[in-house]
Amino acid sequence: MSDVSTRGPDRVVLEPAAMQQLIDVLRSTGYQVHGPVLGNGAVVYDELSSVEQFPAGRGDQQQPGRYRLTVQEPAAWFGYTVAPQGWKRLFFPPATRLWRAERKGSGMTLVPEQEAPPALALIGVRACELAAIAMQDRVFMGGPFIDPAYKARRDKAFIVAVNCGRAGETCFCASMGTGPAVGGGFDIAMTELMSGGRHRFVAEAATGRGAAALAGLAGRPATTDDEREAAAVVAEAATHMGRAVHTEGLAASLMAHIEHPRWDQVGRRCLSCANCTLVCPTCFCATVEDETDLTGAHAARWKKWDSCFTLDFSYIHGGSVRPSPYARYRQWLIHKFSSWVDQFGTFGCVGCGRCITWCPVGIDVTEELQALEQEHPTATEDATA
Amino acid sequence: MHTLEPILAEHPFLKGLDPRHLDVLVGCASNVRFDEGAFVFRQGEEANTFYILREGKIAVEIFTPHRGAISIDTVGEGDVLGWSWLIPPYHWHFDARAVEPTRAIALDARCMRTKCESDHELGYELMKRFAQIIEQRLDATRWQLLDVYGVRS
Amino acid sequence: MFPDLFKVRQVRRETDDTFTLELGPVNGRGPFTFAAGQFNMLYVRGIGEVPISISGDPGQPGSLVHTTRAVGAVTNAMRALKKGDMIGVRGPFGIGWPVQEAEGRDVVVVAGGIGLAPLRPAICQLLARRDRVGKLVLLYGTRTPADILFRKELEAWRARLDFEVYVTVDRATAGWHGNVGVVTKLIPKAPFDPGRTLAMVCGPEIMMRFTALELEKRGVARQRIYLSMERNMKCGIGLCGHCQFGPGFICKDGPVYRYDAVKGLVSLREV
Repeated sequence: MSDVSTRGPDRVVLEPAAMQQLIDVLRSTGYQVHGPVLGNGAVVYDELSSVEQFPAGRGDQQQPGRYRLTVQEPAAWFGYTVAPQGWKRLFFPPATRLWRAERKGSGMTLVPEQEAPPALALIGVRACELAAIAMQDRVFMGGPFIDPAYKARRDKAFIVAVNCGRAGETCFCASMGTGPAVGGGFDIAMTELMSGGRHRFVAEAATGRGAAALAGLAGRPATTDDEREAAAVVAEAATHMGRAVHTEGLAASLMAHIEHPRWDQVGRRCLSCANCTLVCPTCFCATVEDETDLTGAHAARWKKWDSCFTLDFSYIHGGSVRPSPYARYRQWLIHKFSSWVDQFGTFGCVGCGRCITWCPVGIDVTEELQALEQEHPTATEDATA
Repeated sequence: MHTLEPILAEHPFLKGLDPRHLDVLVGCASNVRFDEGAFVFRQGEEANTFYILREGKIAVEIFTPHRGAISIDTVGEGDVLGWSWLIPPYHWHFDARAVEPTRAIALDARCMRTKCESDHELGYELMKRFAQIIEQRLDATRWQLLDVYGVRS
Repeated sequence: MFPDLFKVRQVRRETDDTFTLELGPVNGRGPFTFAAGQFNMLYVRGIGEVPISISGDPGQPGSLVHTTRAVGAVTNAMRALKKGDMIGVRGPFGIGWPVQEAEGRDVVVVAGGIGLAPLRPAICQLLARRDRVGKLVLLYGTRTPADILFRKELEAWRARLDFEVYVTVDRATAGWHGNVGVVTKLIPKAPFDPGRTLAMVCGPEIMMRFTALELEKRGVARQRIYLSMERNMKCGIGLCGHCQFGPGFICKDGPVYRYDAVKGLVSLREV
């Protein structure tokens, strides 16, 4: 990821009040602004209108199967790492109506969806989350068939990224090459500084509309001291990653080890609860549901989030192709770290660590991958013979 | 009799058989033909002959009270019919009926059993070949039992 | 993706659980062109949408023909449709049979059960340009004589002097005097030259697996054996993730696959 300090000369320093200005300007120009707020005992992303709603002075402590909010001094706004879910639900909603089918005589008419999607502004997008959005862009807009609903929401979106100053305990973005410094895909990027009791943001624009927005805010040009400090904050996060994935040759070795005994072991722990797929910012599997009202005159087709961990997911007449939990876990992990490369040219994981935090039994993908890379014996010698 | 030797030598079942063993078989062999619909053998009969098929088609059948005669296997050119002659008490377990006009070489089983007892090398060569056939039939039967075309497959 | 509307011209019973659906375009839309081996996503209003192989002749695109078994809510509802009812169609999707690559070779078509339906378009194409391939052989295995699909057409094909058609059943019923046994039994004696043969295989996955092994045993090169795979499908266009099979999606990278590319996968459990 490129160093913040080598960017162009547009870097400015903003006071906290400028952030409120930015939110106000975005809202007045028709954007629905989303950012981090406190909710349900966590930092979550939700619609907001004021900087007062930011989780000031709050951090998070994440472990396999554990998430706790903490109190931090000084009271930074972006002292947490990542919220339980990313921004996926804004561009790829959990449930979308695709079209309606109305009975007409003995036939039907199909009615497309007319409602224009909202213009979305995202504040506080992390490097890993930017990478995840880029991956979903490739899935939904990069192939021969484009998802029009996704594209409509993405095209309008205004993104304000915020660099991480701290690595979460379950984070491993550095080894996945997606962070902690933000790469691209944003309109404005910021680094929050708290030193000397002065709360401020070093900000830069990467697009024309980002630059226009910045120009209208109260701020001053950044000095080399400011830039050095911002760079140091991000470097701090990079050196404290608690976990890593050895990516070289991983895609091939996972497929080669498709019958490794470790799959059985993790399969016995896995509850197939699908939490990992629900919190994962890149998972894109969906199902379609057809519904009709009682009269049968009005039918509709919906696209809804789905998970490869369900039995139904692989059902063909006669039964599920993957009835055992180990096979479903294997499908997910191999997709994320091997097949995704064949399908989209990169790994499907951004190293955000959510699947580790939110797994009820604390399965850690970095640990599983390490075990799966080891050679395994094909038969165990019987020492008792 | 010597005209049967080349026919036997060419048959896939006897491929690679030592010529002196082939001679023994020729000594027990005769040419036969079955008209369409004719029974080759019946369930329960003594298994005194086995057949090396040259042309036509024979159905191995079971007769059931409610459904009549059901064919459980069909054999034709290049196949061998009957191994119960090798296994005591040497009785046929099924019916065999020609569903097309069929020509075959019939081998006298009593003659063959005697020869195999005295020449174990000949016996082993025949056993190896029959073991292969039985394996193929067993595999096929298992696959048929799997009912792969059924709804729940 | 938005379906196109088609009208039901005919629903024809093939066997106890299999039927053929013939569709015509609504609003005088042009002919529906497709490649042999491709499939459509068919929508029955308010019930659902399922992937169904196209079983018609690509050389007669005026009518859109599908053959399928009635195994669930949607296919059972489809079977109950009447002439004039409407159906939504999305497609055609997928990679089809290698009819072009077959030119100059002997072709063996091995079909199991309903697998004959997606192979029928390929057979029609090969027969339409019969001089383009060498020997043409069809090996068709099914459960019982009552389950034989397209019986009249099979008899017409067999009556041709340049098309060898062999039919076998897993279990016979009284009165059946044809072959009995698994379809692989027909492979060792079928009249084709393995060195110059291209094989197209379709049927239940187990059947395709042991057919490919038997074809290889006879000397057909694994790069010239093609299978048609099946998995759960929801969108048909590579966006929903359901039809993943190894590194690819059956809707985009299949359903027809070359055997050497999938040999490792088909012998694994729960993949």
